[in-house]
Parts: sequence; C-alpha cells; structure tokens
Amino acid sequence: MPDGGIGASNKRREDVRFLTGKGRYTDDFNRPDQTYVWFLRSDVAHGRIRKLDISAAEQMPGVVKIFTAADFASAGGIPAGWMVTDRFGQPMKEPKHPILAEGKVRHVGDPIAAVVAETRAQARDAAEAIELDIEELPAVVDMRAALADGASLVHEEAGTNLCYDWGFVEDNRDAVDAAIKAAPHVTTLELVNNRLVPNAMEPRAAIGEYDAADDQHTLYTTSQNPHVIRLLMGAFVLGIPEQKLRVVAPDVGGGFGSKIFHYAEEAFVTAAAKAVGRPVKWTSTRSEAFMSDAHGRDHVTRIELATDLQGKFLAIRSTTLANMGAYLSTFAPSIPTYLHGTLMAGNYTTPLIYVNVRAVFTNTVPVDAYRGAGRPEATFQLERVVDKAARELGIDPIEIRRKNFVKPDQYPYQTPVAVNYDTGNYDATMDKLVEIADVAGFPARKAESAARGKLRGLGISSYIEACGIAPSNLVGQLGARAGLYEAATVRVNPTGGITVFTGSHSHGQGHETTFPQVVASMLGIDPGQIEISHGDTAKVPFGMGTYGSRSLAVGGSAIVKAMDKIIAKAKKIAAHLMEASEADIELKDGRFSVAGTDRSVAWTDVTLAAYVPHNYPLEQIEPGLEETAFYDPSNFTYPAGCYACEVEVDPETGVVSVLGFAAADDFGNVVNPMIVEGQVHGGIAQGIGQAMLEAAGYDADGQLVTGSYMDYAMPRSNDVPSYKVDHSCVTPCTHNPLGVKGCGEAGAIGSPPAFVNAVLDALNGGGIAVDHINMPLTPSRVWAAIQAARA
Amino acid sequence: MYAFELVRPATVADAVKALAAEGAQALGGGQTLIPTLKARLASPATLVSLAGIAELRGVTTGDGQVRIKGGTPHAVVAREAGAYPALAWLADHIGDPHVRNRGTIGGSLANNDPSACYPAAALASGAVIVTNAREIAADDFFQGMFTTALEEGEIITEVIFPIPQAAHYEKLRQPASRFPLVAVFVARYPGGVRVAVTGASENGVFRWTEAETALSNDFRAEALKGLAVDPDGMIGDLHGTPEYRAQLAGALTGRAVAAAG
Repeated sequence: MPDGGIGASNKRREDVRFLTGKGRYTDDFNRPDQTYVWFLRSDVAHGRIRKLDISAAEQMPGVVKIFTAADFASAGGIPAGWMVTDRFGQPMKEPKHPILAEGKVRHVGDPIAAVVAETRAQARDAAEAIELDIEELPAVVDMRAALADGASLVHEEAGTNLCYDWGFVEDNRDAVDAAIKAAPHVTTLELVNNRLVPNAMEPRAAIGEYDAADDQHTLYTTSQNPHVIRLLMGAFVLGIPEQKLRVVAPDVGGGFGSKIFHYAEEAFVTAAAKAVGRPVKWTSTRSEAFMSDAHGRDHVTRIELATDLQGKFLAIRSTTLANMGAYLSTFAPSIPTYLHGTLMAGNYTTPLIYVNVRAVFTNTVPVDAYRGAGRPEATFQLERVVDKAARELGIDPIEIRRKNFVKPDQYPYQTPVAVNYDTGNYDATMDKLVEIADVAGFPARKAESAARGKLRGLGISSYIEACGIAPSNLVGQLGARAGLYEAATVRVNPTGGITVFTGSHSHGQGHETTFPQVVASMLGIDPGQIEISHGDTAKVPFGMGTYGSRSLAVGGSAIVKAMDKIIAKAKKIAAHLMEASEADIELKDGRFSVAGTDRSVAWTDVTLAAYVPHNYPLEQIEPGLEETAFYDPSNFTYPAGCYACEVEVDPETGVVSVLGFAAADDFGNVVNPMIVEGQVHGGIAQGIGQAMLEAAGYDADGQLVTGSYMDYAMPRSNDVPSYKVDHSCVTPCTHNPLGVKGCGEAGAIGSPPAFVNAVLDALNGGGIAVDHINMPLTPSRVWAAIQAARA
Repeated sequence: MYAFELVRPATVADAVKALAAEGAQALGGGQTLIPTLKARLASPATLVSLAGIAELRGVTTGDGQVRIKGGTPHAVVAREAGAYPALAWLADHIGDPHVRNRGTIGGSLANNDPSACYPAAALASGAVIVTNAREIAADDFFQGMFTTALEEGEIITEVIFPIPQAAHYEKLRQPASRFPLVAVFVARYPGGVRVAVTGASENGVFRWTEAETALSNDFRAEALKGLAVDPDGMIGDLHGTPEYRAQLAGALTGRAVAAAG
C-alpha cells in the first residue's frame, strides 16, 4: 500500500489553489455580454404594495429591463422540499413564495423588483428611481404573539401564522404526560436557541445564461447541491426540463447549510437571462446576505425531564416554537421536526419521550438548516436540562450522564423517537474526555482562578447526531420530496489515472483530498493519480449534494460501490490477460496477480487493455472502464461524543473567557485525521460563536438590528482556545462499506451546551445561584444574571 | 457609493478653500466615511481628501507635551507618541492594522463617535484641539454624540496633549465592532486627576467628575468605593443595558487607576 490512503493526514490539495488566489468562485465567472441585476428589497417587515412604478427607472442610464412580479406570472413559487404532516394528520400550511413580491412584502429584504442593467452601479441607481409606496402592516416578530388571536397574518390565505403543530411520537403523548405527573422529580427549563446568520465567507452569487441556438439554460450558483437546484428550480419554478438546464456550482466559499436551499435570486437570473437575451449576474453584498440568506435555529423551548431521585431518566417532554420566518425555505419544515425530534433521546436510555413543535410564520428572514440543523437545538435543551437536573439532585454532571448512557451491549438501540442507533460507546468517549480535559486537575485550576477574583467553571456535554439522512423510502414516508442517496461515476482513463465524478459538493470539506484516499486504498495506487470532479450537472450523473455530514458516509459509499464494479471488471480483464481464472485474481498494491503464482499484471496494463482491446475478451465484456453507482443508506449514521468546556467568569464585568475546550468524538473510521480535526475545530468555533457572541436580532417592527458586522458578533481567533480533540474511540458504522459516520457538524452540536454549562458551573460553584442564561452569554447578560442572583 | 468629485489639496489653506464649496466634505482616513458612502447613506458632491497634506502629519514631543498633527494615522501615533505611553497604547489598540494605518486622530475627534477611543484620551488629558482657525479646549470641544465645536469646513490641524504623571486606558470591547463597549481613560496631573468615559453615555464621551475628585485626593482604586455612575442617560442596546454600562464605567475606572499606579 502506498502512503496516503485511508488513515493518512494528507494535506488538502485544494488549498494550493485557494491559498494562492486561484480558486474559481461564482463571482469570478464573467460571461460574454453579461448584464448585472440589482434587487429592490423591502425595507419594511410587512406591508402591502400600493404603488410600484418603474417607468422613470426604466429611463435611467444603462437599464436593460426592470422586472416585477408580473413578469413571473407563469412561474411557480419557490418550493419547500419537505411536507410535514401535523399531529392531527393535516398537511402543513405551505403558502406561495414568489420570486418577486406579489402585492405584499413579508420581511425586510424581500425582493420586490429587479433591475437588469449594463453595470451593477447603474442597476442600483435605477432601483433607487423606482417609485414604491408600501402600506405598512403590523409586523409579526415574536412567535407567541404571532399565534395570539387577532395577530396580523403573514399569509392571509393560510388563515393563521401556524405552519404546523407536530407531535412526535404522538402515540407517546399520554404516557409521557402520565410519567411526568407521577415522577419523583421533574426538572424544567425554558430556553431560547438563538437565531443565527450563517455568514459564509463567500456571499451568494448567481449567473444565468441562455443559449437560444439550442435552447439551453446554464446557472452558475453558490450551491451545496447543484442537482437539487436543477430539480427544484427546473421542475417547480421555471418549468425547464433537466436536459435543458445545466447548473454549475464551482468553488464555493463555505455554506454551513445556507447554500443548500433554492433561492429566488437563482430562479431570477435563469429566467431573466432568457428574457433579456444576455447573461445576468448577481452577487450578494454582505448587507443583502444578512437579510436574504436563510437564517438558522430560532427556537423557543420548554423541556421537562422526569427522573427518579437517583438521577435515572424516566421521561422527557419537549415543547418548542420554531420560527419559519416569512416563507418556507427548502428544508425548513424538516429541521425542527425530523432532524430535531428524532434526536431527543440523545445518548440516553430515557424510555418515554414526546416532542411537540409548532412552526410559526413571522415577518423575518426565512429560517432553515445551519450547521447541525435541528440536532444542535435538540442537544442543547437536553444537555442543559440534564445539567440542571444534576445540580438539583446533587449528582455529578458526568455521573448522571454515565448513569443514563446507552451501554455498548444495548446496540442496536431502538429509541422511543423512531431512530435506531446501530453502534456506539458513550462511556469510552467520556473516559477519553475526562483524560484529555484533565478533569482531575480542575479543582486546582479553579482555586487558582479564585485567587485572582475570577470564577472558573467546567461544563460537560454529550451529544449524538444523525448524519447521512436516509433511507429514501423512509424519508419519503416522512414527507421528503427528494431521495437521499448519492451517486458517483468512476472513470478510469487508458493510462490508469482516474476521474471520480461525485454528487457530493465540496465547499470546505476537503473532498478533493479525502475521496482519492478512499479510491487509492482500494486499488493500492497513489492518490495523486485520482482527480475529483464535482459541482456540475453536465459532468456528474446525479447528486443530492453536501449537508448533514453526509459526504463520506453516503457519497463516499457510492464511490466505493462504483469502485467495486470497476475492480470486478478489471479482474475479468486481468484474468484474460494472464489466461487465469477470474476467481484466482488478487489485487494488491496496484497489481493484479494470480493466487499462488508469480504471474501478475499492473493496474495500468489492465486499464490500457480496456481502451486498446487488442487482447481482450470482447465476447464477454465491453471495452472501457467506467462505472456508476447510486448508494442509498439503510440507516442514519450516529456520530457521538463528549465535550468539556472550561471558562473563567469575571464577576465584576460579566466577561467570559474560554480557557479550554476538549472534544472526544466517535466518528467511526477516519479517512483523513487532519481534515477531521479541522472540521471539529471549525464546528466548535461556530458553537462557541452561537453560545457566546452571535445573535440575529429583530426589533418590534421587524427591522433586523444586527444587519452588519458592527452589531453581529462573529467569533475571532482570540475568542476561542487551543482545542484538545480526540477521535480515537471508534465504533465503526455497521451499515456502510467504509464504517464512517460523519464529522462536519459535531463540533457545532456539542459545544454550545458545554459552554453554557461551564458558565453556570462557574457561577453556581462561586455561590451565585443561576439556573439559566439565554445564548449568547454576552457580558451584559452574565452580569445581569449575577446581579439578579445577588439581589 | 454615489459618484462624487475628489479633490486632493496639498496644503491646509487649499483644503479650507475647497471645503467652502457647496456639498463639500472632508475625508480623513475614511474609516467611518467610506463605509457610510458604500452603504449609500451619504452623498457628498465633493470629497476633500486631507491625506496628501504633508503639514498635517507628524508627532513631536517637548515641553511636557505630545503634539500630534491632525492627519496622523493611529499607527504612527502608536510608534511615535512613546513619551505618553497610555496614549500610544490607545492608538495601538484602535480597530485592526488596516484601521490604524488609515484612520487619523483628527478624523476620529471630528467625528466624535460616542464609542471612539481618542475622545477619551483628549478629554482626560485636557488636550487642546488646534484647527486652521483657533484653539479649542477638549472640555469645550465635545458637545454630544457625533457633535463637536467645529464649524463647517474647519479642519483639525493638531492636538496637543500635556503629558501626565500617570495614566492608563482601560477598555472592554463590544464583541462585534470591537469599538469600546465602555472604556475609561484616567490621567493624573499635578493639578488633579481627570477621568473620561467613552462608549457609555448617550451624550458621548464625558468626564466622571466625582471620581476625579476622589482620585485627586487619593489615587487608588479603593478611593472609588461608594461611587457609581448613574445609569440614567447611559446607552442601552443589544450589547449592554444602561445599568451594565454604568457598572463598567465604575469597574474600568478602578482597573485603570490600579494599572496607572
């Protein structure tokens, strides 16, 4: 086996182009005769358009055409990709999401008109010349107010701001109520999972192009899943068949979920390019990104945990209001339901669980998946209430978790919330955590802090997540409007090099490095001989894209399946070349040999024979060496782990400093440890960002008060410590060929509760009794909580 | 950004002349104005850049004073105002390297952002703000949030800081913008102690006179015991309540005194 296969920390080959400025992002593409669009967006949260007069603007310099909703009368709305059925068996409310506002605006940033002009500045100038008069309506911002009688309606035709009222598992409702009523102890917590702005480094962009000669549309876009965009936009919005529509998602500078979704701007540039007969380009400004990229989280939750007096969990009841924003974004309905309710068992054997979620329309930016997508919301409430229960019952927070962990001999473990954990070992990750976080040394560190007038705290969390959402037939029953498999084509070239076409899209995950390691290991060749191609519907057969930490578990497995076919065919060719039986052919270190003999042929002998079939079993097999496979997983994968955060609180100012963070994860088998470590680092930084700094805030009028980096606080390097991460606890996934689970979101899932638990440990351990502080734990909030406790 | 004319005078006299035109506005380092223009929140007809005026740059020390020309970038002050260490430290901790190499002391003082750093130093030092027309005492210069004694078209040419016996600038950063959430500049002179607080008040930078009196008698943090800033009139926003800002003003004053020694 050459170096650099599975298990090697190969350096990311894509970084060479990224770090030398040679990455090719959507905005780097410029098409001949290109025009530019500027969207006139609503500056009020809710209102009726009384007047929209474009006549003066049309006369402005450089204007090519100005579009309003009337130009899209025959187009469909931007669709939701998931239909949730409520607990009474009724479908969710699914009001239309038009490309441009039809008579009403529903959030600040809602596009009303679009000016296509020769330059971006001209388009913007003309947009300001559009005469617009909006009759403001009362804005619905707070979710409870949105559900109150007489509330202003975001969508009148829905008759309510309630999108759905979902119960999971509905049949457990009465049993859970009874168990909580009868329990010796119930710990209750009300909390907010704060709304976040995704803030990918690269703002969204899209270029539409139309070739009238052969009636072909091309969309260049910042997407995590170009095939899904082609399907949603082509079939539901614009009515363009797949063979007439190519979607290219080139280098993409981060997504964190926000670039999964189909956005109105993509449909606009695609349609407008045909209408004006020239390419149309849009690049989001950062200000637009704040008010048009789908936001994340935004749950208000009450969770009750029933236990016995020894801390054994008996039942959980979780009740959540989930903000959908003004329209249903692509996966929005599924996030608080099937990616949230299903995770409420966590790492524990709680026998009875009921989750109720009411999804609410408000006059805010749509909310959808953001790194973790539902799983952080589940983990946060669970790990917070477990910590509170430990404090109330006088049990060590590590011990109460161990007492309730699913044990290694209990797998496969059927939870009361539908999912079935195939494997795991939570005690092993907790043992590792206790070691790397130096839990034993904490009292001494705490005393040292106390001597300086500071309060030191240690926060623990456990998490489980469900990655590689699947299988398709199950998610179809649950309302998904797409399959959740992945596709791969392996094209072996005559001289032995390989191009792998994958439906997984890389936008920070390092696929161009990791996937070749998998292929190289299967053949025993150098990973440098393998290229990864992704992000273009004209090249890749099909793809469901990258989200939910699915790329290696699902996309990687599709590559393995395609490679299995390649190897099977190559063995037939090798058998022919060596006049041996196919059954006797062995593949090792890039050579095919006949078992028990010294006869062998090289990989390249076989690949050349496949394309120059002079000596070839043409009567049995076709020339060429190219195979496609689709892989549909039989279950989710279940990465899990235990995290510890150590903080110091300055009681005089409320400032929290994160002094240490340790993560012990079980990701199953690991292909590239360095990339896995990087994913965990990034995830933890985002989790600490949510817990300590970030919050998208709206005022009562629906104005986004955190519309720029002057007020929206992103984590910087000096906000986070040097992490200690470990992934040596391995229970391989039992149902995919690589035994891998996924690592992309874990850091963002496990870290917020560890951070908050740490701050509360610091306060309570310093004699300041505080039950909870809502994220982000800003200095002002921490100080106010201290004052309230002392009052 | 809207279109505008750009004028680049070489002397203060030419700049003053250019600023007399209708719709003309001075451009210092542009660290506030340029983002404002980019957001299309201002549309001056003419920008008069002060960046090319040699007589507006430089730091000199002598006679117990540090004199900083109005167009001197923060990074230069950080390097060259070593005779007044607290002032040099302040300049070295404004924004990031980009801001420090573009932003100027005159621009910062003329803008008088309620969360800016320099106003605290100028007020606590009893600095003199020199313009093309006159000299203005710091106590008269700052007149409320984004408001100063400057007349239309008046240019800050120099700021004169008397060097104190001891001083310290203590700031707690707003986590997003990294401007001070609250910051306190304490300076001790033979005539007494001056304490200036920025980031806290709806009226912009202010002197905490009760603390000054107490510290003039006893320059130790303990002297502040029992004193508190009134939350009334303090800024309340998503980063901090008025009560919190009042608390910080007190706490940071104590820390500044302890650090000034």
